[in-house]
Amino acid sequence: MASGARREVLGRIRAALADRPSPEPVVRDYDTCRAVDDAVGLFAERVADYRATVTWVGAGELPAAIAAALRARSARAMLGPPDLPGDWRVPDVEWHLDEPPLVVERLDSCDGVLTGCAIAISETGTIVLDAGATQGRRVLTLVPDYHLCVVGADQVVVSVPEALARLDPVRPLTFISGPSATSDIELDRVEGVHGPRTLDVLLVPTAGT
Amino acid sequence: MGTGGVTWLGTPAFPEAARAALSDTQLRANLHKATSTIRGKRAGAVAELPDWERLRRAGEAIKDDVLAQLDGYLEQLEAAVTARGGVVHWARDADEANAIVLRLAREAGTDEVVKVKSLATDEIELNEALAAGGVPAVETDLAELIVQLGRDRPSHLLVPAIHRNRAEIRDLFRREMPDAPADLSDEPRALAEAARAHLRRKFLSARVAVSGANFAVADTGSIVVVESEGNGRMCLTLPQTLITVMGVEKLVPSWRDLEVFLQLLPRSSTAERMNPYTSIWTGVTPGDGPREFHLVLLDNGRTDTLADAVGRQALRCIRCSACLNVCPVYERTGGQAYGSVYPGPIGAILSPQLLGDFHDEQAASLPYASSLCGACFEVCPVRIDIPEVLVHLRGKAVEAKGSRSPEALAMSALGWVMAGPRRFEAAQRLGGLAGAVGGGTIHRLPWPGSKWTAARDAPAPAREPFRAWWRRTRG
Ligand code: SF4
Repeated sequence: MASGARREVLGRIRAALADRPSPEPVVRDYDTCRAVDDAVGLFAERVADYRATVTWVGAGELPAAIAAALRARSARAMLGPPDLPGDWRVPDVEWHLDEPPLVVERLDSCDGVLTGCAIAISETGTIVLDAGATQGRRVLTLVPDYHLCVVGADQVVVSVPEALARLDPVRPLTFISGPSATSDIELDRVEGVHGPRTLDVLLVPTAGT
Repeated sequence: MGTGGVTWLGTPAFPEAARAALSDTQLRANLHKATSTIRGKRAGAVAELPDWERLRRAGEAIKDDVLAQLDGYLEQLEAAVTARGGVVHWARDADEANAIVLRLAREAGTDEVVKVKSLATDEIELNEALAAGGVPAVETDLAELIVQLGRDRPSHLLVPAIHRNRAEIRDLFRREMPDAPADLSDEPRALAEAARAHLRRKFLSARVAVSGANFAVADTGSIVVVESEGNGRMCLTLPQTLITVMGVEKLVPSWRDLEVFLQLLPRSSTAERMNPYTSIWTGVTPGDGPREFHLVLLDNGRTDTLADAVGRQALRCIRCSACLNVCPVYERTGGQAYGSVYPGPIGAILSPQLLGDFHDEQAASLPYASSLCGACFEVCPVRIDIPEVLVHLRGKAVEAKGSRSPEALAMSALGWVMAGPRRFEAAQRLGGLAGAVGGGTIHRLPWPGSKWTAARDAPAPAREPFRAWWRRTRG
């Protein structure tokens, strides 16, 4: 039956295209990148538009900034990917690294999660995770109510086309633009539904510092 | 064979359904507020991109290429998904798709599935089929939940509960959601919070999820789901089994093509630079997300639509709903009057084609649910010439029922839809009831409607851009 459906649908398509349409070629004359004076500044501004907070952090100040952010959010139990850098694991916080993989009840009982990211997009204020270094699997940044994300200025690209060109399509990808939100009531965006309701971004000069 | 809920059984033809909607002043107020807000915001989001028109043209060309080589791209997609550990299923119609999903859910040993908003599954009435098969589906998108709890019908592509305002939603939650706080306010934030609490346990324990797809990339096998709330991410990553149902036309040929659509879609639909969450996955990733991934490719009238050289452009649609938000007819009647899961201008051209039966009075009335003002074409991110298709389908409707007078039908559908006779005349004169859309070409109705359009077109009206007129006359 299944292969019958396949054959029939493909057959219908070929019959439907009997007129051999020859569409116009795709012209990619849109901007694949755009010159921006301060790409990182623009990123910070656009993330803040989504009511996420952005903090600029100098080289070597990251642990202090992490500690301050967690204190401000009263986050005492934190999740992290297995490869969370040692100096990100600031003291006076209970750290739960995802190795071996944590059960969902544990993910749900933590106050937040700390990760890095793959790249970030200025124009749209987007953070992209690809389950690579300092990120872990997708549920880590989904179940807890608070996401603290470290973004390196060297990870910021200006446009969506630049971002896609840098990503590996077969990795599981999550594009995050602000905290979870809905426009379902009177088409007005309000923050905070099923994903993390709070997103804080720490901007460091280079990823991995 | 069943086409499911492309059109809802028992819905009266558009004129009659619209008349009922028009007498509902609450509905009209809700719609006016929501659509006028989003119109302004969308214009701002679009104006930010200097290359918007070039992106639209690229979007159009990419989708036309998909349609012209759909068989090859589908085979490519199937091979890529299979190579990455997914299983691809093909469904000729709604019944076949529903049977596949029900079988897969049962095989996974679940008695309930969680669902992320998907028009394709609404179209095939999957929830009804699953419930009848003993595996009820829980809608997890806030607006879908509002519709499901209210035993209501959707009225907008993106925001199916757009016809409900915050106070109505609060009352519904208090009534139908046992765990909603007794003192629940009508603040959108509080309502969202109530939905979060209500669905949390379901998400964390769900074994099977059903989703739709916004895009599928033929050469990599990657599937894209664009959302806001995080309910999509919950469904796509927590359960062991994920079943995605998508129409066969939702493809893009290559990874790079997403750079066009991930810009066009959010700005056109919610008027955001980017929606909060976009998930992209390819087959199964060991140790991250579902262990089983099934992709159901759905025809259900799409190949028939593809066979119509004029009408096939409707298959370019990326379901952004911009055309609904600018449509003067939609704003007055709301979505339910269209009697279909696809309302508004796109519904008026897509529903009758998917159904493929112009003898069906309700379906045949849909191409008349428009004043041909052209606002929908102006905003469409993939440049679907909706007025052109409307006129074409009116011709088909007339052919199917020789005795039906298109003029009488059109007038009965619209004469009273527009608020008053004087405004209606202004619309004809300025927006051009049968007037030009794009590129200065005049679209004429085929015979026998041509007499009627000719009368309205001569002399060629000095055209004011529709949006300018709309803004001016609506205030
Ligand atoms: S027809 Fe165009 S404007 Fe309307 S929903 Fe589809 S893509 Fe959007």
